[in-house]
Amino acid sequence: MTRHETLANFSRRSLLKAGGALIVSIAAPGTFDLARADDAFAVAAKPPLTPDQLSSFIAVNADGTVAAYFGKMDMGQGLFVAVGQIVAEELDVPFANVKVLMGDTATSVNQGGASGSTGIQEGGKQMRMAAAEARRVLVAMAADRLGVGPDQLTVTDGVVHVAGDPAKKASYAELIGGRFFNVHLDWNGKYGNPLYAPGKAQPKDPKDHKVVGQPIKRQDIAPKVFARENFVTDIRVPGMVHGRMIRPAVAGAVPVKVDENSIKDIPSAKVVWNNAFLGVVADNEWDAIKAAEKLKVEWSNAPPPFPPQASLYDHIRQATPRKREVEGKQVGNVDDAFKTAARVIEAEYEWPFQSHSSMGPACALVEIKDGKVTCWSGTQKSHFVRAGLAAILQTPEDNVHVIWTPGPGSYGRNDADDAAMDAAVLAKAVGRPVRVQYMRNQGTGWDPKGPASIHKARAAIDAAGNVVAYDFLSKGFSRVDVDTNGSKPYDTLAGQTLGVELKSGDGFGIPAESYDFANKRTAWETIPPLLDRASPLRSSHLRDPVGPQIHFASESFMDEVAAALNVDAVEFRLRYVKDPRDAAVIKAAAEKAGWQSRPSPRKDQAGEKVSGRGIAYAQRNGTRVAMIAEVDIDRRNGKIWVRRFTVAHDCGQIINPDGVRMTVEGNVVHGISRTLWEEVKFDAKTVTSVDWLTYPILDITETPEQIDVVLIDHPEIAPSGAGEPSSRPVAAAIANAVFDATGVRIRRVPFSPDRVKSALS
Amino acid sequence: MNQKFSLNVNGTTHAVEADPDMPLLYALRNDLNLNNPHFGCGLAQCGACTVHLDGQPIRSCITPLAAVGDGKIVTLAGLGTPDKPHPLQTAYVEEEVPQCGYCVNGWIMTAAAFLSDKKKPTDAEIREALTGLKCRCGTHVAILRAVKRAAEMMG
Repeated sequence: MTRHETLANFSRRSLLKAGGALIVSIAAPGTFDLARADDAFAVAAKPPLTPDQLSSFIAVNADGTVAAYFGKMDMGQGLFVAVGQIVAEELDVPFANVKVLMGDTATSVNQGGASGSTGIQEGGKQMRMAAAEARRVLVAMAADRLGVGPDQLTVTDGVVHVAGDPAKKASYAELIGGRFFNVHLDWNGKYGNPLYAPGKAQPKDPKDHKVVGQPIKRQDIAPKVFARENFVTDIRVPGMVHGRMIRPAVAGAVPVKVDENSIKDIPSAKVVWNNAFLGVVADNEWDAIKAAEKLKVEWSNAPPPFPPQASLYDHIRQATPRKREVEGKQVGNVDDAFKTAARVIEAEYEWPFQSHSSMGPACALVEIKDGKVTCWSGTQKSHFVRAGLAAILQTPEDNVHVIWTPGPGSYGRNDADDAAMDAAVLAKAVGRPVRVQYMRNQGTGWDPKGPASIHKARAAIDAAGNVVAYDFLSKGFSRVDVDTNGSKPYDTLAGQTLGVELKSGDGFGIPAESYDFANKRTAWETIPPLLDRASPLRSSHLRDPVGPQIHFASESFMDEVAAALNVDAVEFRLRYVKDPRDAAVIKAAAEKAGWQSRPSPRKDQAGEKVSGRGIAYAQRNGTRVAMIAEVDIDRRNGKIWVRRFTVAHDCGQIINPDGVRMTVEGNVVHGISRTLWEEVKFDAKTVTSVDWLTYPILDITETPEQIDVVLIDHPEIAPSGAGEPSSRPVAAAIANAVFDATGVRIRRVPFSPDRVKSALS
Repeated sequence: MNQKFSLNVNGTTHAVEADPDMPLLYALRNDLNLNNPHFGCGLAQCGACTVHLDGQPIRSCITPLAAVGDGKIVTLAGLGTPDKPHPLQTAYVEEEVPQCGYCVNGWIMTAAAFLSDKKKPTDAEIREALTGLKCRCGTHVAILRAVKRAAEMMG
């Protein structure tokens, strides 16, 4: 058998497995031909955009550059750089030759959008497998063309060549440039985060990585600082009008009378009113704003739906749970262990509703033309918005194209998906493309909220001072009262105001750690929303959904137990965590921060200004993070300054260390803000946190002077997420530092100056 | 009633016919198609709409057109270009400051005016100069690094 024949057989085997009509004719005995082998791998017309096609993820352009089609998107942490690095690595092309195209429903499959810190963990995994398969196929094509075995070939910068004879070569551009891969992937049949469709190729051994692991810079920075980036707010199409939505002053009220005469002086202004859906459009944006302000509306006499804010936590305590779940690994018999305990330590913690309060209120543009719907949206989940638009416009999904366009940062299920749905309803009603941007009071007052909750923790201690049992229960509003995306009208304000049948989901969570106690139970309970329809307190995902709540409680409690037993907080954790990677992050943070071993609280301070340190740690879907807060407190006014934060972070393999470091810094500052300041205020009628004065966040003058991030790289461990894990221990680290400084335990977030001052007095 | 205005923006004069009560922001964005600055709050609480009026940072979201007069407006796009960047823009790129980037007008335009008046500012002075501006992604530490770097570049 000649080399050539061997190759032919190799190709034919590949082709046979590739499936499709063309392959059948090639496989017929005696008719094999090399030109057509090329054709089998590469076709002129793009195969269907389905997850079982390589072409749905990777294309080589005519000039040899690579397009990576990604069904997730970057919300500002540089995910696209990391994905580009993964693709460049596996394909052996220069990083600069890869363009990652994100979240366009016409060019990508539904990989789940921005969701749960899975950009690299799930999305990157798929892109790695797709790129590896593309390289394998390109090498096979080159082997055919060059008449050598694929094992003789290597790839340098997108050129396949004979190892030791670089003149014998074929570039990716020559092999397939401008055509499409016709290669079948082994899709697991799932959409969203779990979508996985590997080919036959094995990805590289991490020890051979050259691009992955490098601190490659983001290419979106310069356009942003030179004002050349088009945000979703900046998209305009011919014939476009501006829309604004009108919300009731008493949540739950519906319009009963709308006086269109009240805006007749405003040129082009029109009212769109259907059931409780009420909006205006006008040719000019300022006119739309004025019309929304001036429109006279008579509202139904709805009973004020909310309890007094001061009794929120009593409401949660007393409410009948709608669902209870015992989650995680239950160990031993907790109830029996408490009966024989020498000592029981108990505490309860409280966390308020919080708002995404994105920098800009959500904006979306919808154009409906010849039955085709185009939507520009800053959503985290364009494919799900596509489903939502199809449902609310009653058109097949094939008619809907969502173009993800960067918007203000979202941090979860913010108001973006609601805006897309509102724009669609308005566009259909007025027959023109409609751009909706909410006003600030709607961005803060009417976004889906991070749920309020209470958390009860108990520990049983034996006579020797060992923790023998641990019982942890969260009770609160659901993280999915409305779901994490706008794919169902009942999860959006448009659907809810139009009167669709409601479906409130139940979900919460448990502490993620590896404390090894002989008896352990972790559980949660969810309660119904305070208002079932179109509520400004409907709850959903806010960065690291329910993670900050749960770990504020669980990691404050570990500190309380350590202090009660007169044990150093780091030493206590190291005594009980059983996972070596958990122990490693705790040790790394303590070492970097210069942690001195001693029990809390400090006993060597007097005077009005005191300082302290606190540690907290958590896992999140494979990632481990430990952090130490060092705080200064002024007893006279209750002001806390988190002077220094030290973070140790292990997310397995690091794709881009700068990206991880900056993401962690952002999470720490966001987390400090949520801990010290953020609480959605409401009265009986509605949410009263409607701007930056009524929903204050951390100011630059309160920013830590130093955030140290220790990155622990494990190239041999598949990467897990970095987007959110460092959000969850922030509040507990601060609470523990406040206790260390003052001996006072604050169990309710936020630690606003008034609350701290009264706790200290 | 609409009135005619002549706006001097980034060195070019533009004619705009609009409601004199309309904030400058909407004229810049919709009449002049300048995609920066951004609407953040409409209340002068966040800074996303900041431009310079005769060298001083103003919040264009609450500045009525009637109040602009013949003042010289400079937006972020007019502050510097990739070929001729303002030191703050250079520093922002080098420090990779923005995450979403929706807030950058406020920080860069405010810091630019501050640094043109104040040489070698201390950390505390930089913080004080930027107080009140909002960034929701929590890039504060990187912002401080960049402003410090720009201050060093500007001597």
